[in-house]
Amino acid sequence: MSVALERQRPHVLGSDLQRFWNLTWTLAATDFKLRFYGSVLGYAWTLARPFLFFGVIYLVFSEIAGLDANVENYGVYILFGLVLFQFFSEATNGCVRCLAVRENLLRKMRFPRLVIPLSVVLTAIFNLAGTLAAALIFAVAAGVYPTWSWLELPVIIVAVGAFATGVGLLLSALFVRYRDVAPIWEVASQMLFYISPILYVTTLVPEQYRDWFLVNPLAVLLTEMRAAVVDTSAPHSWDLVGAAPLLAAGALVVIAVVLGLYVFNRQAPRIAEEL
Amino acid sequence: MQRTVSTAVEDAPTGPTIPPAVVVDHLSKHFRLPHRRYNTLKERVLHPLQTASYDTLKAVDDISFEIAEGEFFGIVGRNGSGKSTLLKCLAGIYETTSGDAQTRGRVSPFIELGVGFNADLTARDNVIINAIMLGLTRRQATERFDEVIAFAELEEFLDLKLKNYSSGMAVRLAFSVAVQVDADILLIDEVLAVGDASFQRKCFERFDALKAAGKTIIFVTHDMTAVERFCDRAMLLERGRIADIGDPRAVARAYNEINFGRLPHGTIDPSRAAEIRAAWFETADGTRVTDIARGEPLALCVEVAFHSEIAQPRFHFHLRNESHHTIFATSTELHPIDTGTFRAGDSVIVRARMENWLAPGRYFLSPTLAALGAGPGEALDVRMNLNEITVQGERHFDSAVDFPHTIDIERLP
Repeated sequence: MSVALERQRPHVLGSDLQRFWNLTWTLAATDFKLRFYGSVLGYAWTLARPFLFFGVIYLVFSEIAGLDANVENYGVYILFGLVLFQFFSEATNGCVRCLAVRENLLRKMRFPRLVIPLSVVLTAIFNLAGTLAAALIFAVAAGVYPTWSWLELPVIIVAVGAFATGVGLLLSALFVRYRDVAPIWEVASQMLFYISPILYVTTLVPEQYRDWFLVNPLAVLLTEMRAAVVDTSAPHSWDLVGAAPLLAAGALVVIAVVLGLYVFNRQAPRIAEEL
Repeated sequence: MQRTVSTAVEDAPTGPTIPPAVVVDHLSKHFRLPHRRYNTLKERVLHPLQTASYDTLKAVDDISFEIAEGEFFGIVGRNGSGKSTLLKCLAGIYETTSGDAQTRGRVSPFIELGVGFNADLTARDNVIINAIMLGLTRRQATERFDEVIAFAELEEFLDLKLKNYSSGMAVRLAFSVAVQVDADILLIDEVLAVGDASFQRKCFERFDALKAAGKTIIFVTHDMTAVERFCDRAMLLERGRIADIGDPRAVARAYNEINFGRLPHGTIDPSRAAEIRAAWFETADGTRVTDIARGEPLALCVEVAFHSEIAQPRFHFHLRNESHHTIFATSTELHPIDTGTFRAGDSVIVRARMENWLAPGRYFLSPTLAALGAGPGEALDVRMNLNEITVQGERHFDSAVDFPHTIDIERLP
């Protein structure tokens, strides 16, 4: 055999990208399949959850709180906001405990470490595909017709996905050492829900707070989503604030990804023994 | 057994032309055992200075060895001797503290069977998923599916959910998937402790086939029978260091001695009621031999020392061949003789004289000493493969014994 000697140590990525992808896909697909396993409605729950939630929120916030004033297609807006935020929340919250949940694979098999959080994100993407399709149908039914600007939606989703992946990697690596990451992130992601424009629109935020408001990458992305999908006449985020908050938001996404990868990579060799 | 062997290349039965498949170079793996572990931020904030307090456990302590390509290599040792940690370092599951483990070719560890099995999925789904996790592509997994199921003998239960499987069935399924993996180096950790006898035999047959196919197999076990039966070489670990490496029979013997807390022959352990001190072979005229011609009468001899009074002890002899089958066994229980009463300080030699119709080959003598009426497993002393003899002969048929016989031919009219 002409193969060279190779040093054995835990891998983050593994040497075989095909295998890496196979593993990620298999784990995500299995998880997706098992999610609603044994429940009567099965897959329908994936759709039922955001839509039921949406129904209640829509009633409360448009009929009682009156947040729909001067907002074109308010219902469609909160539905898309909920779908995107649920994707972010599912991916990051799933990542927190993912290494502990898959402990067996890490301790008893040769398993590229990065597969595990990425498969969580991939499962969230599968769910997003389902809910997004339903949301698009709902949009058309509600009288919001496709425009060329809908093509910006995939870009927005990729940005949300990247942010979620970076945060998820960071959380999963930290959880191995600090178990409080789980309750902290539960609270933090709920706070994020309310400081992001999901139940309301960015234009409703008083002008003096907008600079800080749009440092949150999710706020920027949801503002863009409104302009791209729900109401093409709605302002873009750059119409509302200067460059600084938007650059900061962009930097936050990049930092999340880089820091997530860095911390995960540093923690990876010791995951098996510290879990 | 304080002998420490740093390298064992000289023991390799394979020639120097074969490159090593595994090179372990001064490998150490230490674990920090904190006196208190701080898992939450609050604990860490409240005790900022105490985090530095920990003990170091040297699970694997600076060991070096090589394994040749195609070798079947056994790793034995007591619980906590570092076997599994070493295996995990070889598999790339643990990062080494210092030194390294290098391998040539694809490595596949079997540390536990059925890792990633999901009770809510059918056997069919689980086989495919498990195969992919073990490194096959989806296409390969699908292609080999029938073979897996046939090997596991579970054709009728394909669409049954795994939670409805018996544990034995699940293990069979897991093993069948595991052996499908294309690896050059297999790391096997006591996975055979499960399954019924017939399935275990099947597993071993599979190992023989893998060995014949030139795979390098590293096998961690407590089963000395398996070590002697399969391994080309073996290594005994004790407290993270190599206590012995080389011939599997010698290693198995050393393991038994460490495990039962005995010292090598020659020292009397007064805490035991009686002990076997030595075993050897003699010819009819009383000469001690290590090899003998086929057909020449043989005496199996054992020396026993008594440390307390024992009446009517039983002496057992087991003679096993290289494939570890018992070829001949006898005992004073089968020949109800008066073995006598012994006091502390007495020593005896017991001889079992037999006609020697053993086929040419090596044979291993395992004597046992038991008190009158002792049940199975209650022996006073058991020594596995305490000594060996080679039976010389011209004939080399693949038979266990070679009785004196004639062959005649009667032509029919």
